[in-house]
Amino acid sequence: MSPRAVVIVGAGMAGMRLADEIRRRDPDGERVQVTVLGAEPGPAYNRVLLPGVLAGTMSAASVTLYPQGWAEDHHIDLREGVEARAIDTAARTVGTACGAKIPFDALVLATGAEPRIPPTEGLSGEDGTPARGVVAFRTLADCLRISADARPGVPITVIGGGLLGLEAARSLAVRGCAVTVVHPVGHLMERQLDTEAGAVLAKALTRHGVRFRIGRTAARYLPGDGLKLDDGSHVPAELVVVAAGVRARTGLAEAAGLPMAGGVVVDDTLRTAHPAVYAIGDVARHPGATPGLVEPAWEQADVLAGLLTGTDPQARYRGTTVVTRLKARGVDLTAMGETTTDPDDEIDEALRLSDPARGRYAKLVLRDDRVRAAIMLGLPDAAASAAYYYTNDVPVPEDRLAVLLGRALPPAAPAQDPATLADTATVCRCNHVTKAQLTAAWRTGAADAAELSARTRAGTGCGTCVPLLRGIAGWLAGREQEAS
Amino acid sequence: MGIATTAGGPPSIEARRFPVNDGALCVKGWTSADLLRSPARLTTPLVRGRTGLRPASWDAALDLIAAELTRLRAEHGPDGVAVFGGGGLTNEVCYLLGKYARVALGTSQIDYNGRFCMSSAAAAANRAYGMDRGLPFPVADLRAADTIVLAGANPAETMPPFMRHLAPCADSGGLIVIDPRATPTAERAALHLRPAPGTDLALALGILHCVVEDGHLDQDYLAERTTGFADAWRAAAAWWPERVERVTGVAVADQRAVAGRLAGARNAYILTGRGAEQHAKGTDTVSAWINLALALGLPGRAGSGHGCLTGQGNGQGGREHGQKADQLPGYRSIRDPAAREHVARVWGVDPGTLPGPGRSAYELLDALGTADGPRALLVFGSNVAVSAPRSTRVRDRLAALDLLVVADIVRSETAALADVVLPVTQWAEEGGTMTNLEGRVLLRRRAVAPPPGVRSDLAVLHGLATRLGQPAERFPTDPETVFAELREAARGGVADYHGVTYDRLRAGEQLHWPVPNTDHPGTPRPFLDRFAHPDGRARFVPVTHRPPAEPTDADYPLTATTGRVLAHYQSGAQTRNIDALVAAEPEMFVEVHPDTARRHGLDEGDPAVVVSRRGRVRATVRHTPTARVDTVFLPFHFPGDHRANLVTNPALDPVSRMPEFKVCAVRLEAAPADGPPDEGRAA
Repeated sequence: MSPRAVVIVGAGMAGMRLADEIRRRDPDGERVQVTVLGAEPGPAYNRVLLPGVLAGTMSAASVTLYPQGWAEDHHIDLREGVEARAIDTAARTVGTACGAKIPFDALVLATGAEPRIPPTEGLSGEDGTPARGVVAFRTLADCLRISADARPGVPITVIGGGLLGLEAARSLAVRGCAVTVVHPVGHLMERQLDTEAGAVLAKALTRHGVRFRIGRTAARYLPGDGLKLDDGSHVPAELVVVAAGVRARTGLAEAAGLPMAGGVVVDDTLRTAHPAVYAIGDVARHPGATPGLVEPAWEQADVLAGLLTGTDPQARYRGTTVVTRLKARGVDLTAMGETTTDPDDEIDEALRLSDPARGRYAKLVLRDDRVRAAIMLGLPDAAASAAYYYTNDVPVPEDRLAVLLGRALPPAAPAQDPATLADTATVCRCNHVTKAQLTAAWRTGAADAAELSARTRAGTGCGTCVPLLRGIAGWLAGREQEAS
Repeated sequence: MGIATTAGGPPSIEARRFPVNDGALCVKGWTSADLLRSPARLTTPLVRGRTGLRPASWDAALDLIAAELTRLRAEHGPDGVAVFGGGGLTNEVCYLLGKYARVALGTSQIDYNGRFCMSSAAAAANRAYGMDRGLPFPVADLRAADTIVLAGANPAETMPPFMRHLAPCADSGGLIVIDPRATPTAERAALHLRPAPGTDLALALGILHCVVEDGHLDQDYLAERTTGFADAWRAAAAWWPERVERVTGVAVADQRAVAGRLAGARNAYILTGRGAEQHAKGTDTVSAWINLALALGLPGRAGSGHGCLTGQGNGQGGREHGQKADQLPGYRSIRDPAAREHVARVWGVDPGTLPGPGRSAYELLDALGTADGPRALLVFGSNVAVSAPRSTRVRDRLAALDLLVVADIVRSETAALADVVLPVTQWAEEGGTMTNLEGRVLLRRRAVAPPPGVRSDLAVLHGLATRLGQPAERFPTDPETVFAELREAARGGVADYHGVTYDRLRAGEQLHWPVPNTDHPGTPRPFLDRFAHPDGRARFVPVTHRPPAEPTDADYPLTATTGRVLAHYQSGAQTRNIDALVAAEPEMFVEVHPDTARRHGLDEGDPAVVVSRRGRVRATVRHTPTARVDTVFLPFHFPGDHRANLVTNPALDPVSRMPEFKVCAVRLEAAPADGPPDEGRAA
């Protein structure tokens, strides 16, 4: 049987991951022949790490996903700079910009999404491309472009106070730019945070040098000058970074007549309405996946690779448990679940801790001892454990306060005062020696710590108890003196 | 450790000032003389008759074994008989055991319990450095460290005197412990990271990420002393700290803190233990920690480094001299034609007669008594009925053998199943060398005479070999004579012992291998100038995280992890015979978070059963507020239906063949009141 021809449209994080997962299951191409069409030249990179590139802490080279020659070594026909133009679902071919028609047994759309430029006057030219001094924050090229202008003191405005906009803003602040975030909604990250958390977050980021214009919309952009807002105020900007959401790149799928819902609709096998056409990543719409995140795309690639190679015909994608994590140095924010639940709602158990002065806020919504939603801001330990409990559906400890604070409060330090230490207390764990045994050894003639040690072996193991042993010897000597 | 004897009186222990223990001993050391005169001690061979094991003479026992081995070899070929060794045996015994298997029996089927202990660390060190020496520096070097990361090690309980070397670092707030449990070691740490069991690999990748992102890479070192960083980074790049946080439960801030502390230290070490290694991905996990150490430029630099902590007394030497399925003496590969040639010449045999690599420990046990598996097994210095994973299966396989021979000092659980039991000498009764965790060869002198009726392992091998027609001089019984031959066999190997002699050791020389000739002072820090690969560079190995072999689910919602307690050693066959140790830790227990226990209706002290797909283990509930709510801990020292390994998962590491002792999916149940033992029933 000749291998099945799989054509992947899109050589980004989703498309290349799928090629990789296919080759992990079918290393020699016996089951599946893989062709990847990438519209943009240049290697695929890890978009999650772009805030680091923007902050200057990661190099562009360090975020590339696969080395030169990787595709060839893995029998993957990677065609960079080849744009897919049309799908002929009847003939099962995909046409490219250079006129070729590539036949497929299965076609996978992994075209991703493109940034949405708000319809603000002056932001984009007549052809829809960003105006001079306006850059979307989406690609590695965008990142390098912004980095080139991001010198200390340069005024830069970020449009959009969502996850990506705030990551960009914080990265630019690391570089010393004068950053202002313009956000049209009443509080930051409104999809993930409640009002109070949004306010605490704004305060925390302000301390890191980011300024905010919240609840304001950009009305007009003047290149080289800045933004005029809807309240008539002016924000200076040598550069405007747009992070106002994305839209799925669905052109090909729409032209092929596939059903849409903000993206190409797929089922649990990642199949579109056409039996030979699949979609994964940001271009796909599955009820259990949140677009814009890499984890759903990778989990989808895993499932689809099992299906396309036939190595796991039962594989199904059931959705991804999403935990939102802001990658912003100095600000630790995690959100999960439906966080806007009213804490007074009787159905759920909800706890809240608010410490805006120190940039801390915690909200924990529980049902049946399980985390249903949480916001953890400025509480890194609590964030880690809440996300772990949530992801793995593990019941949380009874001590809710400990969960809210992250680390359980340290237990009261055991009494180390030789006088008040209980007789039954173990002094030397390595040799199981209690205080009572030491006292007995003293009575039978031991006169200092060394002799106590020689008689009982206390302190001869790991040595941790030696200070306490000396203390006990001193206390015993003192008691003896008193008695005489 | 030394031993003092007075005429007629019982031997007693005295602590000797020695670099590793610094004159310190734990309760196991102090009480170790008890076993010399223990009533549990075997002093006569036992042969199974219709009514069970009966005393027999040495000649009768050895004749019987030899006859059976000859018969089974004739019927099933040389691989129809197998040998299982131990990491507590002396170098001389390990060496002669390997020679006995390959030359006298001609079998490829030999492996040892070190496979369950050090194999992942060894495999990872070999691929990174081209050499596996637990600590490639003297242990006392640790005293000058500012920062030490202990990944999956609990020396405060498993090796208490070692804590003295960590004390200066711990006292100044530089000790970082990575362990799902709040162990006594973790209590000494300034920073304790508690990854979910089976996620240490992800954690190491996350910390490497922080190293890169925060600009801590030692670029000069990478360029001059290593290869392969780019590929290793590409694999690690998919594990950014926020993603790692979700998988491990360890906060990004803590990952960053570890990276920063390691990078900021003048002298930093990363040490791994069984917690990192006993997984179906143990080799890759150790590689991930080594990659981190290399990224920071630690290995091969004076005052810094990476190493692994050895588990058994001769864990290091035990894996160098040929009782491992794929190895010949001197840490040589049995696949290497030059190595076969050299060793065959020393042994006076044709290289073509040497068998190739055999099955790894669990695979060997798993094959016993099956259609193409061995029909006979000789066990030296190991208690596989308790220490191997999935004990029920292992016991069934042992029972399916035509011949099981066990050489031991007490009637271990494995000995109880044997057809022939041979009483052998123990530590103070037999001379020989051991190689410690820092690659230093130690001479153990015979201090007391063995009880009448007891023979040394060397004498047993001699007796068995000569009965199979081997020339007597090929299997000497004197340790020093064996060692002289070992020196030749190891000459020019990775673990080169050629320059080590009993005389030099008697004179008190501190000899760390390699010691290529008798004028050579030894090599305490072998990597200072170059690593052991031909190009002299250390190699990054690209590794990526994968979940445990058996994830939790609705039926088995908890994770079980296994380990040691202070009072006992390994399978407990020895320590469970010492009153003081039994008094300290008398019975099998399971550590459970009080909330988790309450959810199961279990109070402190209640009898419980921990159930996995492979079996059920009975244990008393111990409420442990510091435990993770999703994890229970089982010590593995107890026998019968209290064996932790009744539940463990024998999923094997693809490189080291290490079983996944440290993580399997279980559920917790209240024990049925006074029910019959139910170990055999799978869940």
